[in-house]
Amino acid sequence: MTLTMFVQHSLNALTLGSLYALIAIGYTMVYGILRLINFAHGDVFMLGAYFIFYAGALLHLPWMVGVVLAIILTSFCGVLVERAAYRPLRDAPRISALISSIGVSFFIENLAIVIFTGVPKPVVRPSWLVSIIKFHGVRILPLTIVVPLICLGLVAGLLFIVYKTKPGLAMRAISKDIETTRLMGVSVNKIISLTFGIGSALAAASGIMWALRYPQIQPLMGLIPGLKAFIAAVVGGIGSIHGAVIGGMLLGFVEIMIVAFFPALSGYKDAFAFILLIVILLLKPTGLMGEKIEEKV
Amino acid sequence: MSERNIILKTPGLTMRFGGLTAVDNFDIEVQEGRIVGLIGPNGAGKTTCFNMITGFYNPSEGNIYFYDEDITGLPTHKVCAKGIARTFQNIRLFYNETVLQNVMIGAHLRQRSSWWQAPLNLPSFLREEKEISDKAMFLLEKVGLSDLAGEKANSLPYGEQRRLEIARALATQPKFLLLDEPAAGMNPQESWELMHFIQKTREDFDLTILLIEHDMKVVMGVCEHIWVLDYGKLIAEGPPEEIQANPKVIEAYLGEEYLENA
Amino acid sequence: MMGDRIRNHTLTLVAIFGLATFLWWANGNFDGYKIQIMNLIAINAILAVSLNLIYGFTGMFSLGHAGFMCVGAYVSSLLILPASQKEAIYILEPIIAPLHAAHAPFVVAVLLGGVVAAVFGLLIALPVLRLGGDYLGIATLGFGEIIRVFANNLVPITNGALGLKGIPGYANLWWNYGFMLFTFYVIIRIVNSNFGNALKAIRDDEVAAKAMGIDTYRYRVTSFTIGAFFAGIGGALLASLLTTIDPKMFLFVMTFQVLMIVVAGGLGSITGSIIGSVVITILLEWLRFVENPIIIGSFEIPGIPGMRMVIFSLSLVLIILFRREGLMGMRELTWDTLLSPFGKRGDVE
Repeated sequence: MTLTMFVQHSLNALTLGSLYALIAIGYTMVYGILRLINFAHGDVFMLGAYFIFYAGALLHLPWMVGVVLAIILTSFCGVLVERAAYRPLRDAPRISALISSIGVSFFIENLAIVIFTGVPKPVVRPSWLVSIIKFHGVRILPLTIVVPLICLGLVAGLLFIVYKTKPGLAMRAISKDIETTRLMGVSVNKIISLTFGIGSALAAASGIMWALRYPQIQPLMGLIPGLKAFIAAVVGGIGSIHGAVIGGMLLGFVEIMIVAFFPALSGYKDAFAFILLIVILLLKPTGLMGEKIEEKV
Repeated sequence: MSERNIILKTPGLTMRFGGLTAVDNFDIEVQEGRIVGLIGPNGAGKTTCFNMITGFYNPSEGNIYFYDEDITGLPTHKVCAKGIARTFQNIRLFYNETVLQNVMIGAHLRQRSSWWQAPLNLPSFLREEKEISDKAMFLLEKVGLSDLAGEKANSLPYGEQRRLEIARALATQPKFLLLDEPAAGMNPQESWELMHFIQKTREDFDLTILLIEHDMKVVMGVCEHIWVLDYGKLIAEGPPEEIQANPKVIEAYLGEEYLENA
Repeated sequence: MMGDRIRNHTLTLVAIFGLATFLWWANGNFDGYKIQIMNLIAINAILAVSLNLIYGFTGMFSLGHAGFMCVGAYVSSLLILPASQKEAIYILEPIIAPLHAAHAPFVVAVLLGGVVAAVFGLLIALPVLRLGGDYLGIATLGFGEIIRVFANNLVPITNGALGLKGIPGYANLWWNYGFMLFTFYVIIRIVNSNFGNALKAIRDDEVAAKAMGIDTYRYRVTSFTIGAFFAGIGGALLASLLTTIDPKMFLFVMTFQVLMIVVAGGLGSITGSIIGSVVITILLEWLRFVENPIIIGSFEIPGIPGMRMVIFSLSLVLIILFRREGLMGMRELTWDTLLSPFGKRGDVE
C-alpha cells in the first residue's frame, strides 16, 4: 500500500467515522438520560436522507434550504416519537420502552416502504462536492474533507450546549438523577424533548451526508448504520459524548482499514462492528470513556 | 465468652467510591451464636458494610474472614453458598412469585438435581422437588406465613413481607444471618414481636445474627454486642449498657433529642 | 390435591388426543393454504415459547431468534437434502467435502439443527451475558446479522445468497405438532421446576437472586442456550416446510414476529404464547387483504403493498402503550381456571 492510498483510505475512514459519530451521539444522549436504547434512531437517520431527497427532487428547493428543512423535519419526527411512544412509558418497566422503540423502528421502516416505496432513490449531489481534486497525487473527494469538518463543527456546538448553557446543565442533571432534577423545578419533559430534538437533528445531518456519500437511499438504509452507531456509542462508553465520537471514529477506521488491507474480508464488513463490540466490552465493559457505574443494592 | 469461635472478622475493611471513603477501617469480630448489632446515623455506611460482607461490593482495602476463611471479593452467590444470608433494607422479594415460591428459591441453593432432570421426570428429581417444597412450607410455618403460601408476594402487608424475606434467607441454610433494618416501618407491638422472633430464630436455626437497626428498643433489647458507625468510622463498641452510656455515641448518634426524651 | 392432579393429567391427555383427531381431520379436509397456516401456527408456537423462556421467564431481552433459526434451518436442511440435489444447486462453488454426503433422518436432522443452534447460543451468551442486560438486545441483534453475513459469504457451505432449494418437505402437520408438544413439555417442566423459579427470581430481582445464592450468570446462560436450541428446531422445521431457504429469510422481521407473539400473549405466560401464536399467525394471514385490491360495489380500492407490516408494527406499539401485560400477563390458563369460570385465575399447579 502506497502512502497516497493510505491517505485516501484515511480520509474515507474519517468520513465514515464522522457519520457514525453523529448518529452515535443521539443514542448516547438518550441512553444517558432515559437509560433507553432508542432502536428507532437509525430510522430517524433514514428519514433525514429522504427529506433531503424530496426537498431536491420534489420541491426543487435550493440546497441549503433543503438541508435546513430536512434537519428541522427530522428533528420534529424524533421529538414526536418520544412524545407518542416513550413518554407514556416513562414510569413503566424499562423493557416496555425498549419494546416500544423496536415497534416504532419497525413502524417507520414499513411506513417508509409504503410511502417512499422500496425502490432505491438516487440523490442528486452538488457537483463541487463530488468532483475529484488532485493534491500531490492524492485523489481527494471534497466530500471527504467537508464531512469531517461539519462533524467537528456540530460536535463543538453540541458540547457548547451541553456544558455551557442552562438546558445543557439540566440535561446533565437529568442523566444523574431524574427525580431530583424534577424537584429542582426543571421541566424534565421539555429537556427530554430537546434531547431527542438535538439527537435527531444530528442524525439528520448524518443522514444527509450519508446520502451524499452513498447516493442510493432506501427505507432500510438506517438499520445497519444505526446498529453500528449504537455499537460505536457503547464502545466509546455509553452516556459520554466524547465516547460516541471516539467510538464512531474507531469503527470507521476499523471498517475501512480492514477492507483496505484485507480485501478478501470485504464480504464480512458488517460483522466487524459486532466483533469489535464484544472484544471491547470484554476488555473494558464500560467502554473506552465510560464511567464505572456501581450497582445499586 | 472467649470460648466461642469467631464467625466473622473484618480487619481493616475499607470502601471508597471515587474520592469518597464510605467505610473506613471497619474492623469487627463477631462471635458464633451471638446476636449483634450495627448502628449509626443514616448514611454512616452500615449497608455498605453489609454489601461488602455479602460480596456485592469488592472492598477497596481489608479482608473478610468467615470462620477463618478469606472470602474477600467472592461473588455474592458464593458468599451465600458459604453460609451467609441477608435481607434488604428496602425489601427485595420476588414479587411476581408466590410466598411459597419465594422460599423455594432460597432453598434452591442447596438443591442437588439440575435443570435437565426436570423434563426427564426422574424419581430422584421429583423427590427432591417435594422435599424442597416441604422444607419451604416448614419455614413458612416457623414465620407464621403458611396460610399465605399460595398468595403472590406483593399482596402481603409490609410486616409479613419482612418475615417472608427472613424465611427466604433461612431457606439457604445460613450460619450467619444479616438483617438490614428488620424493624423498619413496624409499630411498637410488631417490633416487640420481632425481637422475640429474632431470638427464637437464632435458637431454632443455630444462627449468628448481625443486624442493622434504627429502633433502639429492638437493638438494646436483642443485641448482645453493638458496634457504632459514624461517617464510615467505628466510634464505639460494647454491650448495650455501655453503648447507651457512651457519651461519644450519644453525641454522634442518639443526639440531644434522645437525651430529652429519655 | 392428588385427585386434581390426576384429573388435570387426564384432561391434558384428552386434549392432546383431541388435537390429534383434529389434525387427522384437517389433513383430509383442509386445503393446502389452511394446512400451511396450521403448520405455521405450530412452528410459531415453538419459537414463541422458546423466546418466552429467554425473555419472559428469565428477563433477558434477546433479539437473536432469527439467527438461531437460521443456524437450525441450514444445519437440518443440509442433512436432509439429497446429494444429487446438493450437486445441482451449488452452482457458484461446489459444496465442501463432508457436507456433500452428510445425511440424516429428518428427526435427527431437526434435533441436530437445535443442538448446533444451542452451541451458537452458548458461544454468544458466554461473552454477552457477562454484561448488563441493556447490551443484550443489541448484541443479540448484531449476532443475528453476523449469522446472515456468514450465510451470505460462506458459499461452499451455505450456497451464499442463492440459498438452498428443493429441501424435502417432511415437515407435515404431524411432525410440526409433534415437535411443538415436545417443546411445550420440556419448557413447561423446566419453568415449573424450582430451577424455573430461580429463573423467574433472576427476572424479578437480580440482586436478590444473587443474595439467595443463585449464580445468575450461569443460569442466564443456561436459559439462553435452551431457548436457542428450540429456536433452532423451529428454524429447521420452517426450512422443511417452505422447502427453500436463503439468508434474506432470516432478517430481523423474523425475530420481530416472534417478539410480537410473545408480547401480545404475555411475557412469562406459556399459554399466552400459545394463544398468541394462533391469533397472530392467523391475523398476519388475514391482514394480507390490505395489500390486495378491495372491491366495494363498483369501487375498487387499490391494495397497498407493505401496509400489512405497518399495521402489524403499529399494533405492537399500541399493545405496549395500552395493554403492556399482553393477553395473559404472567398468568397461565390452567384446567382449574378453565373449569371454574367464576373462580379467579391461578398459576400452574
